Amino acid sequence: MATTVHEPPQVARRMPSAADNGGGGRRDAVPANGNRRLLQDDSSPASRTGIWVAIAAITMTFLAFTSALVVRQGASSDWRHLALPRILYFNTLVLLLSSGTLEIARRRFRSFIYGAEGQRVAVLRALYATLGLGLLFIAGQYAAWLQLKAAGLYLATNPNSSFFYVFTAVHGLHVLGGLAGLAYVIRKLNKSALRRSTLNATSHYWHFMDVLWVYLLLVLWMKL
Amino acid sequence: MAKFFAVTIILIAIGSAIPIVRGTWTQPVDISTHGHEIDKQFHETMWEAGLAFLAAQIILAVFIWTSSSRSADAKIGHFPGGATGLVLAAILLVGTEVLALGIFGVNAWAKVYFAPPGPDAMPIQVQAGQFAFYFRYPGPDGKFGPIHPDKIDEANLNFFGLDYDEPASKDDIVTAEMAIPMNREIHLLMHSKDLGHSFYVRELRVQQDFVPGLDVSLHFTATKPGKYEIVCTQLCGLGHYNMKTYLEVMTPQDFDDWLKKEAAMQ
Amino acid sequence: MHDVSAHAAQHHAPPQGFIRKHVFSLDHKVIGKQYYALALVAVFTGMVLSWLMRIHLGWPNFAIPGLHLLSKTGAPGNMMTPEYYLQLMTMHGTIMVFFVLTTAPFAAFGNFFLPIQVGAEDMPFPRFNMMSFWVTFVAFLVLISAFFVPDGPPLSGWTAYAPLSAVGAVAGPGQGTGQVLWAASIAIFCIGQLLGSLNFITTTLDMRTKGMSLMRLPLTAWAWFITSCMGLTAFAVLMPACILLILDHVAGTSFFVASNLVINDQLQPHAGGSTLLWQHLFWFFGHPEVYIAIVPGMGIVSHVLITNMRRPLLSAKVMIASMTSIAFLSYMVYGHHMFVSGMNPTSSLVFSFPTLIITIPATIITLIWIGSLYGSKLRINSASLFALGFISMFVSGGVSGFFLAQPSIDIMLHATYFVVGHFHLVMAVAAIFGIFAGTYFWFPKMTGRMMNETLGKIHFWLSFVGAYCIFMPFHYLGIMGNVRRYAQFVDDYLQPVLGVHKFITVAALLTGAAQLIFLYNLIYSRFWGEKAPDNPWEGTSLEWSTASPPPFDNFGGKHLVVHHDPYQYGVKGSAGDYIMQTSPEPSPTGD
Repeated sequence: MATTVHEPPQVARRMPSAADNGGGGRRDAVPANGNRRLLQDDSSPASRTGIWVAIAAITMTFLAFTSALVVRQGASSDWRHLALPRILYFNTLVLLLSSGTLEIARRRFRSFIYGAEGQRVAVLRALYATLGLGLLFIAGQYAAWLQLKAAGLYLATNPNSSFFYVFTAVHGLHVLGGLAGLAYVIRKLNKSALRRSTLNATSHYWHFMDVLWVYLLLVLWMKL
Repeated sequence: MAKFFAVTIILIAIGSAIPIVRGTWTQPVDISTHGHEIDKQFHETMWEAGLAFLAAQIILAVFIWTSSSRSADAKIGHFPGGATGLVLAAILLVGTEVLALGIFGVNAWAKVYFAPPGPDAMPIQVQAGQFAFYFRYPGPDGKFGPIHPDKIDEANLNFFGLDYDEPASKDDIVTAEMAIPMNREIHLLMHSKDLGHSFYVRELRVQQDFVPGLDVSLHFTATKPGKYEIVCTQLCGLGHYNMKTYLEVMTPQDFDDWLKKEAAMQ
Repeated sequence: MHDVSAHAAQHHAPPQGFIRKHVFSLDHKVIGKQYYALALVAVFTGMVLSWLMRIHLGWPNFAIPGLHLLSKTGAPGNMMTPEYYLQLMTMHGTIMVFFVLTTAPFAAFGNFFLPIQVGAEDMPFPRFNMMSFWVTFVAFLVLISAFFVPDGPPLSGWTAYAPLSAVGAVAGPGQGTGQVLWAASIAIFCIGQLLGSLNFITTTLDMRTKGMSLMRLPLTAWAWFITSCMGLTAFAVLMPACILLILDHVAGTSFFVASNLVINDQLQPHAGGSTLLWQHLFWFFGHPEVYIAIVPGMGIVSHVLITNMRRPLLSAKVMIASMTSIAFLSYMVYGHHMFVSGMNPTSSLVFSFPTLIITIPATIITLIWIGSLYGSKLRINSASLFALGFISMFVSGGVSGFFLAQPSIDIMLHATYFVVGHFHLVMAVAAIFGIFAGTYFWFPKMTGRMMNETLGKIHFWLSFVGAYCIFMPFHYLGIMGNVRRYAQFVDDYLQPVLGVHKFITVAALLTGAAQLIFLYNLIYSRFWGEKAPDNPWEGTSLEWSTASPPPFDNFGGKHLVVHHDPYQYGVKGSAGDYIMQTSPEPSPTGD
């Protein structure tokens, strides 16, 4: 059997940077000049890829629900038009507004990490506004459910009501997940340990909740 | 050990082929008018799949035998044509073969599903339910009475939920076995009482699922008299293995007699 | 020349404490081993279920000792009822497909080796990764709990077709609580797999070390990457289907249950649902799922064979392209499970064409393997035997696909043992052989000890011959029309083949017993096996550049630099028989 004298694995002489072909492992190491806040500009591609992967999966789920709706509608003549509770349109505005406040938070955060210490409070304000609007959205969706219940439309009443509740419930659950993400971001910011990439990923997810909601509203309005 | 492995592979491959070549277990004789197309597809496919199977296993075995006895200092040999050759071979040979099978198979499928039943086809209804098939003949008026699921009462033998006060239902003939005259096209109207089932008669070369909520239909013509089993092939509960009945193909005279006898028993 | 640069500060501290080290571990290696252990428990459970099924099919009037302990109602006096047969069958299929075939080749080996093969310290989201295992574990517990509810587990098969699966207990034993637990378990499983896919995809795309371009990834890494992309889309569709199924059960909705259905003389309260909707949603997931089960095995076979042939494949690029095509096509073929389902017959024809075409990349993959054997220097060991066995089994299982892909032939073969033979050869045998090959190959790296080669070879021989004895006859049974999912064979036409079933049962029991040799070898070697060197197989990929087992951060704080692809075997003009990926020695071939 041939033998080979092996060179031990060659190791890198410097810290991997984002310019490398992948950096390998974690990026918790503290930069030489001790300026922790510079760390927050480290745009880790992993969280960006990660959030898009998650968005792809959630998209597939809602496509599956949509196709279930289309097939179910065609399967039987028991489709009964459902008038969408008007509060849904208000909720939509609230959600879109929350995306706006989140974008404001992102911009303020950028100047914060480049040294404007006073900006932290401004960032927090915008984040809390987003959180508040998100909660308002959830409350509004629940109010829509109450309106339907008052009209005698429950989960199993007819296929239209079934899909209404399923779509809004599953979307609502994902929004709650987004709210948890926002709470996490706020907590990290308060500890001066928030990475820009984390805020970016959370924002992408939140904006996606918007886009997804507008799509669902369109489907509900056209089909239900 | 490699040589032993190679020999084992070849023995298994040839051993697997023997029952096929000898026809030890085959489909029963075809009694339908459309089945010969299906059987032709099957035999074509068996030739091609069989040859591909034997060739691949034997070549794998040969290469295991030869490559395992090469010394560690030998030069690596390259398969003639390399990857490119193999890719081309796969695309050309396998591609044409599968497309040919697919395209020619359309005919066999079309005969079953795309040609509508003729105007003289005899309509027979079949209802599948846990765990039996029931059949209904329209009787002299040629009309099937309406089905009322809420009237289904198995204990009193009202399997289809008929209202015998309705004129069209009065002369309907309900049976537990299916009889048909030979050489007459049959239009089988299928529906399910409760959940998914399937209708399979091997000799007739038919298999079709019942779909709850949908009316499905099949048409076929039987050419040989005899008694053939109808079995359920879609898992429908604990009695699935026992959900079966018989199809009797009779001469037209025998069929008329049978139908009269059944009518008298309603 | 030793490069002992003052390596960068350790990126994360080693875990402390038993719980953090072995239970709620963030380390992908521990998570991989946890998945492997889960798959091991699952496969033996599933195998025992299959033994019970086969004994009943071979000897239906035999009272299996102790069976009544498993279920008093299912096996009164130890005699298996037909419903209990179906319940065991449902659990067998579900456990095997989800908790063995998706878990071991993908989650177990992938978690352990993907970060190492790309040169990373861990996956980018270790907490999600840990969650993915524990969520999968909870899913397993929920599924198993179905055995212990009064009416037992569902009997609707792993495919759970509606309305049988949706109308509730009225349809049969186990269709109430058992079915709901099943659907809940699968929905939870989907979440676990999505979290896993998230990590796999981001690891492959973003965590590669310096010099590790995509084309320098080993074929196992490619296979896991492709599989995780499939998993992402497939599991994301199965979960909504299970949610809707649960709602039909507990909330009175009618997604899948049509109107006017009468069961036990009672009109069912549902209305308007679509029977075929369940099948479309299920198979849209179901077909990619079977490729999720086999593609990692293909990666393992390539990886193991390359190392044991001492040469690269004829073309790694073609292998990658073929695996990718299979993944891509897998979404277009799912309707071939529904040819006679009552779906529009034109759709059946439409689905049959990509089904036939998917033969092409599958053939290319097989031909590349076989063609690469030519002129190689094949080493025979347990791992390479199972890898070669995979090829034989994949050929056998694959050719029966030719038949099933054609709707007209499917009229005769649908729902017969021909289908059961087809999928068992490719999944129960080929994919499992991939798991065995991976185990024998990577056990030294994972545990620091060698497995016993003699026992491994005995295990191989008994499994290879045994598996053919079990599953080849299934095809003959199918050709003569033996219907599947029958608890017993009472039809006239089946009486002549009862002897074949007895033969299969004996083969199954013997082959099953042989697996105990593997289990013994695994456990014994784990504690008392011969100590393993860093690179026992003289492999080139990054896992062989570190200790056996690797330290907690995989490379001892070092950041490896990759100079080559992992195929530098037998390179003309090189110093030795192989060049490792991290070796700075230039390769005469240029990569």
